[in-house]
Amino acid sequence: MGNLTIGCYPGLVGSMTYDFALKLADAAATKGHKVSIWFSGNATGSVKANQKHLKDYSTGEKYLKALLEKGVEICTCEACTVARGVKKDEGIPGIQWNAMHWYLAKIYSADRVLLIGGE
Amino acid sequence: MSDVKLAFVVQKPQYKGETSRLAITHAIAYQTVEILLEDGQTVTPKLCFIGEGVLGLQKGQNAMDLYGITSTESHMKNALLVDLDVLVCKEDLAKYGIPEAAMPSAEEMGADKSIQIVPFTEIQKAVEEAKHVLFF
Repeated sequence: MGNLTIGCYPGLVGSMTYDFALKLADAAATKGHKVSIWFSGNATGSVKANQKHLKDYSTGEKYLKALLEKGVEICTCEACTVARGVKKDEGIPGIQWNAMHWYLAKIYSADRVLLIGGE
Repeated sequence: MSDVKLAFVVQKPQYKGETSRLAITHAIAYQTVEILLEDGQTVTPKLCFIGEGVLGLQKGQNAMDLYGITSTESHMKNALLVDLDVLVCKEDLAKYGIPEAAMPSAEEMGADKSIQIVPFTEIQKAVEEAKHVLFF
C-alpha cells in the first residue's frame, strides 16, 4: 500500500475544496493507504472543537474525528492556527500541532504528495 | 543518506492570497526538518516563481511599516540566507515589465546565494528533477 501526504490549505467554509481533501483522504485510508494531512493557511481554523454542524455549511470536526479513528495522521500548523485565535486546548483531540517541517518530513517518506491549495 | 528533491512552484501573486507566501515559509522549513528525520535524510526544495507568481517580489517593500507584517522581500532574503535555490522565470518578469534589477538581494546580510533569474526551461528542469512538485 502507498503512502499519501496531503497538504490542505483552503478554509473550511467558502468552497468545497476542503471537503474534497477530507473525502479524498478517507477514500485513500479506506483502501488501506497510509495517509497524513497537513493543515496550513485558512484550513487550520477547522481544528477547533465543538463545531456546530449547520447543514448550510461544510463541517470539519465530524469527518476529522472519523479520519483519526481510521489511523490518518493529521497535523495543523501551530503558527497559522494561533494566528486565527484557536488555542491548543480548544483543538480537536488527536490532531497534532507542529511547525512546517512536519509537512516536509511527511513528504520525505511519501509516495505521492497532493497540495490542495487555498485562497 | 538520501535526499528528496522538491520543487515549490509559485504561480499566484504575493499578497493576493496566503499560499504564495506559505510557499516561501514552507521551503525555508527545510532547515529544521532534520529533527523529524533519521540521520542522513534530507529534503531539498527549490523555490520557483512563474507566471503571476513573479508579481510582488520586488525590493523596497514596506509591508512592516504599513501593515505590521513581514514583507515578501524579507521572506525572500531569509530564503537566500538559508541557502535555498530561488528561481524566478526570466520570461515572466519580462512579460510583466519587471526589471531583473528589481529582485531583492540578501548579499548585505551575508547570504551566499542570490535569486537566479532563469529561462523557463531551467525551471522545467528543476521540476523534472524533483520527486514531488508542489504548486502554490
